[in-house]
Formats: sequence, structure tokens, C-alpha cells
Amino acid sequence: MATVATHQTGGHAHDPNELDYLAAKGFKSWALTLDHKRIGIMYLVAVLMSFALGGVLALLVRLELFTTGHTIMSAAQYNKVFTMHGVVMVFLFIIPSIPAAMGNIFLPIMLGTKDVAFPKLNLASFYIYCFGACFGLYALLHGGVDTGWTFYTPYSSKFSETPVIPMIFAAFVMGFSSILTGVNFIATVHKMRAPGLNWRRLPLFVWSMYATSIIQVLATPVLAITLFLLIFERAFGLGIFDPSMGGDPVLFQHFFWFYSHPAVYIMIVPGMGVVSELICTFSRRAPFGYMFIAMSSLGLALLGFLVWGHHLFVAGMSEYATMVFSGLTFLVGIPSGVKVFNWVTTLYKGSISLESPMLYGLGFIFLFTIGGLTGLFLAMLAVDVHLHDTYFVVAHFHYVMVGGTVIAFIGGLHYWWPKFTGKMYNERMAQVAFGLVFVGFNVTFLTQFVLGSRGMPRRYYDYLPEFQSLHQVSTMGSWLLGAGFLVMLVMFIQSLTSGKKAPRNPWGSAALEWQTPTPIPFHNFLEQPVITRGPYDYHLATEEELAHD
Amino acid sequence: MTDTAVAVPGDAHDHAHDHAHPDYLAHHFDTPQQQFDAAKIGMWSFLVQEILFFSGVFVAYGVFRSWYPETFSAAAQQLNRPMGATNTVVLLFSSLTAALAVRSSALGKQKETTRWLILTIACAFIFLTVKYFEYAHKFEGGLLPGKYFHPHAAHLVAGSPVLPANSHVFFSIYFMATGIHGIHVLVGIGVFLWILKRNLRGDFKQYNAGVDMAALYWHLVDLVWIYLFPLLYLID
Repeated sequence: MATVATHQTGGHAHDPNELDYLAAKGFKSWALTLDHKRIGIMYLVAVLMSFALGGVLALLVRLELFTTGHTIMSAAQYNKVFTMHGVVMVFLFIIPSIPAAMGNIFLPIMLGTKDVAFPKLNLASFYIYCFGACFGLYALLHGGVDTGWTFYTPYSSKFSETPVIPMIFAAFVMGFSSILTGVNFIATVHKMRAPGLNWRRLPLFVWSMYATSIIQVLATPVLAITLFLLIFERAFGLGIFDPSMGGDPVLFQHFFWFYSHPAVYIMIVPGMGVVSELICTFSRRAPFGYMFIAMSSLGLALLGFLVWGHHLFVAGMSEYATMVFSGLTFLVGIPSGVKVFNWVTTLYKGSISLESPMLYGLGFIFLFTIGGLTGLFLAMLAVDVHLHDTYFVVAHFHYVMVGGTVIAFIGGLHYWWPKFTGKMYNERMAQVAFGLVFVGFNVTFLTQFVLGSRGMPRRYYDYLPEFQSLHQVSTMGSWLLGAGFLVMLVMFIQSLTSGKKAPRNPWGSAALEWQTPTPIPFHNFLEQPVITRGPYDYHLATEEELAHD
Repeated sequence: MTDTAVAVPGDAHDHAHDHAHPDYLAHHFDTPQQQFDAAKIGMWSFLVQEILFFSGVFVAYGVFRSWYPETFSAAAQQLNRPMGATNTVVLLFSSLTAALAVRSSALGKQKETTRWLILTIACAFIFLTVKYFEYAHKFEGGLLPGKYFHPHAAHLVAGSPVLPANSHVFFSIYFMATGIHGIHVLVGIGVFLWILKRNLRGDFKQYNAGVDMAALYWHLVDLVWIYLFPLLYLID
């Protein structure tokens, strides 16, 4: 195919397919597309469906815990429901959410290029994800797995009577989708930047995607080999994770967390990138300490590999190892703190407008800070002995994963929605939804910090009567949270069916992705952009660039 | 849109209608060099993940060898060193032929490239054939992983020490490591057959990234074996 340039004179009628990437219709135009934006949208639909599925499972978990003992399901069913909630949310939703969906749509646009470096590989990643998800659904339809999303041995390898192998295979396959996306983005960021777009002008979202890609490439293969060994352990009794055969179940935990701790940063670092964009756009200001924010993403990527042992403090690790891991874990607070302080300082004297994406941006700073600080409690050895495997841990990682990543994901969805759909949404409804989500989330999980610190263990089906009132508050919070997402769903559907046409730059942003027309042209830009300033240089942006149309 | 759509500095002569965009250059790249560099960095990233994929097996090996050193050195004597050594030489040689294929394709010598590619594929087949005989012998001797480990005294290497407890762990690791490596060899054969087909079609006359990337992958497969061979076969 030729480049953007067909020999037409200015103002001549363009092929409509060149002007709007959504113009081509039909199943094939989607299923066989190599356009990163369409692949991103397919990912978006897939992860949103996974999010809905995982969300329903979460509501069921909370509903069961409304009373002590049996409420709506048996203990065995409860084990399966919370496991499937975890697996679906981690592997099907949150890991691909921001990188594969939003990263795919916007990374090449932010780089001023036509596509990712390997478009066919990109489409293949999506189908690998779908292939893996099919095995996950198979396991779900066959009753679901009851091992917990961590698949700890020897329960997962010897004792569980649920379809563990298909579920593990699903995670194994989806891991490759994640790796290939990472490989693709690394090559794209290195080699596909527009003329003039040097590393100091990269949008912070791109920096965070770059850091995430590095983690995906370095950590995910370790999960792959771990799950591969686990499949053989279960199917053929390898014995390497089985203490009765001279194996070591703790080795599985080391392997698993060597991936799954960095994976936490695969989940949160992209969210931080989104929030950096939101804060800058809605403060009309360049970020305070741009390079510090950019480098703290890489810092998190690096530190993420050194702290996996803090998941094993009570699993029988040596005391010296626990001390080292505890110390290293505290270091994570530094890059995280750098980001939070820099975002807050960016707000200072900014020209702040509180549209819905910004509400999510600010909500992120608030919730992520709570999630991050409670992480320090857990990094402390003596405290962790008490809090390990309690609701305190559950609340902590939900503050980071939901209060952090999901809030950032939803914020980014609101922010970029007008650009990639070409439609505006009802701002009032968006704000109502935000209110419900924010309040609902805090009611659900703040109570769980209290429950955990009083000794409520995680994953338990039943609990002591004195915990009931807090459990009930938490469950009611989950309903508010669910209602918030329902309002949001209605709002987005309404936007697609009857939303106003979006202008080119509804938020008045100086960033590159808002400079290209809406709807986005097939090749992202009508002509090759040449970058002469950074994405947040509001003082250098022209009136024309900041205008809505 | 203007009629000189490409505003890249130094590229301004690229008028749309006579845009120098050869067949082998994908539409989203500006120059063959850019496309080649992207392929290279992508391939290297992929190889890094390959190393980390194998790392799990190597770490498991390290843990269990430090736990059961005598078991490992006794069990390792059941492996066939001459066969392992033959395979090492075969793979090393195939890495050379793969590198020569890259060189000849870069020089545009299509026929020579074909010859080197066929040699590489042949070496991969020899490797797998030897591996087949090794595996078959282990199967007969009951030297299988984990719970299928039931050695028959008659099939063990003459004069070798008695197999101590937990020997099955060694064979679990042996089969997982060489099995995963074997899968990589199989994939390599598939990749080289595809590259061979493309070479016969004349795809690499001006742009040989395909041969280059396949060879990079093949060197990695070779490299992993270079570590597996001494760690598994040469440790008593």
C-alpha cells in the first residue's frame, strides 16, 4: 500500500476510508484488520466484557459474605467464585486493559507514526488472547477452578478436583499475548517516533507504556515456564513442586511471584501514565519534574523485580532473605512517592478544570496514595505476620488495582473516548457515575482494612458474628460501586447511539493525539507530523492547536 | 493534505507518485533501514524473553542440584555422553551454517543461501533424530520423570552407581529442559523451511531481514543447548 500520499492536490476529495479509520464496514474489515486502532478497540471490547464478568463474580462474592454461614452459595461454590473473580480480573481484564486497549489505540498516534512496528504480530496478539480466554471460559463453564488465582501447589497440582489445567493453560497462552504486545511496543517506541520526537518530548503515557513493555518481556516468560511446569506437575506428577516426592512447593511460590509481583507493575504503571496525561491536560500545565515522572516509571519496573519475596514472608523463607526483601520493598515507596508529589505539584497554580476525566485523575491520586501507604505496613516484617492473608491485604491491593488502575483506565476511557469514537458523552451522567464509583469503592474497601486489622482472614467462606456489620457495610458498598458502573455503561451506550459529534480537541490539550482530526484518519495523520515541542508545552502551543475544533 | 505528503526532513524528494516504496518495505515504515532496525530490536526483545522462559528450568535445576548433589551426579551417568556431545557439535555447526546463510543472503547469493539453509535444517533433523534415540532408551529403562520413574536394572548403564532417592527429580528436570529445547528446535525447523521457501521465491535479493532474524533465533536455541549439555551430561 502506498503511504498517506496519493497524488492528490490539496482540498481534493479523499477516499473516505483514508479519512476515518472506522469508515470501512463489515466483519472482515475488523477481523483481518492490521490497523492498531481497530485492534485496540477489539481489545477494549474484550476487556470490558471480561470486566463485566469479573464484576458480577465480585458482587456474588460480596453477596455471599452478607451473612455468616450460607447466604446464597455453598463453601465449594464460593471458592470457585472468588477464584474465577481473581483469574478473570487479573489475566483477562487488568493486564491487557490499559496497555493492549488504550496503548494500542494511542501509542502510535502519540509517537506520530502510522502504526506499531509489527502490525501482523499485533493482530496475532489479540487472537492469542482470545484463544487463551476460550480456555478460561471452558474452565468457567465446567464449574470453575477453586485454587485461588495464585494456583499454589500442592493443592493446585494434586488435590483440587476442578479443571485446573485448562485454566492454567489459559493464563499461559494469554501471557504470550502480553509478551508480544510488549515486544511490539518496545520496537515501536525505539524506532517509529516522528521526526523531532526525541526521548525528552515523549508523552508520559508513552514512557509508562515503555516501562510496562519491559516488564512484560522480562517477567511474563517466567510465569509461562512456571505454569508450564505446573501443567506437567499436575498431569504427569513431575514432583518438583511436591514435597512428598522431594520437590518444593515454596519454589512454586518464588516462581509465581517472580512474575506476579512485576505483574502488579504491569497493572499500575500504565495507570500512572494515564493519570499523568489527565493531570497535565486538565491543569493546562507541563508536569512538574517531567524526567522524574518518566524515570520513576522505569524505576518501578526495575524495583518490581527485586521484591517478590515479600509475598513469602510467612511461607518459610530464611530470616535474612525476609529482611532483604522487606528493605527492598520499602524502596518501592520512592518512585511511587515521586509520582504522587509531582502530580500534586503540577496542580499547583495550574488552570484546573474538573471535567469527568480529571475527577478520575484526582480520585486516582487519593486512592492510590492510600493503597501505596498501606503497602508499607505490609512490607514491615513484624506487622506482616499479623496482617498476612487478611482482609487488610485484600483492601490494600484493591486500593491499588481498583482505586489505582481501574480508576485510571476509566479516566482514560472518558478522556480519549471523544477521540476514538468521535462522540461526546453526557458529562452530568459521567459525574454521577464517578460519585457512585468513588463513594462505593471506599465504602467497600475501607471497611476491609478494619476487618483485616481485626483478624478477618481472606478467602474465608464463614466468619465470626462480630465481623458481620462491617461485612454488610462492605457488601452495600459493592452495590453502590456496581450502580456506578451501570450508570457509566448506559452513558457510554447513549454516547455511541446519540452522542454529539466530538470536536477535534474537546479538552483543549496540547498533546499530539488531539492535533489530528476527529474521527482519526486511517493513517493517524493526514501528513507526517514533525514535532517541534513537547506534548505539555502549553506556552509553545498555538491558539489554533488548543482550540476545540 | 499537500501533494508532498512526506514532510520528513531529507526525505522531501519523495514525491507521492514516485515514492520509493519497494515491495519488501511495509507501508508504515519510511526506509528499509528503519524496518530492519525495528525487526532487530523486536527480535532481540523476543530472545530476552526466551532466555527468561528457560530461566525457570535452570533455577529449578540449581535448587535441586544444591539439595541433592549426589543424586544428580549419579543420575547424570545414565545419560549418553557421546550422543549428547554429537548433538552439541551438530548444533554448533548448524549455527555456523545459519550465520553463513545470513552472509550469503546479504551478498545476494540466492543459491548459496539455499545451500546453507538446507544444511541448517538437516542439522536440526540430525539433532532430533539423536534425541529420539536418547529418549527411546530412557523410556525403555523406565528413566521417566516424576511418578513414572521406575528404572529397570537391566537397562541401566553398566557399572553405574545405584540410583539414590529422588533420582526422579533429575529426570523430571532433564525431560522438561530438553523437551522444551526440543520444541524450540522443531519450531526452528518450521521457521527455516519457511525462510527457505521465501529464499527460493527470491524474497531476500535486496532485503534479508528474514534470514537474519531466523538465524538469531537459531543461535539462541544453540546457546541454550550449550548450557544444557554440560549441566545435564557432564556432572559427576
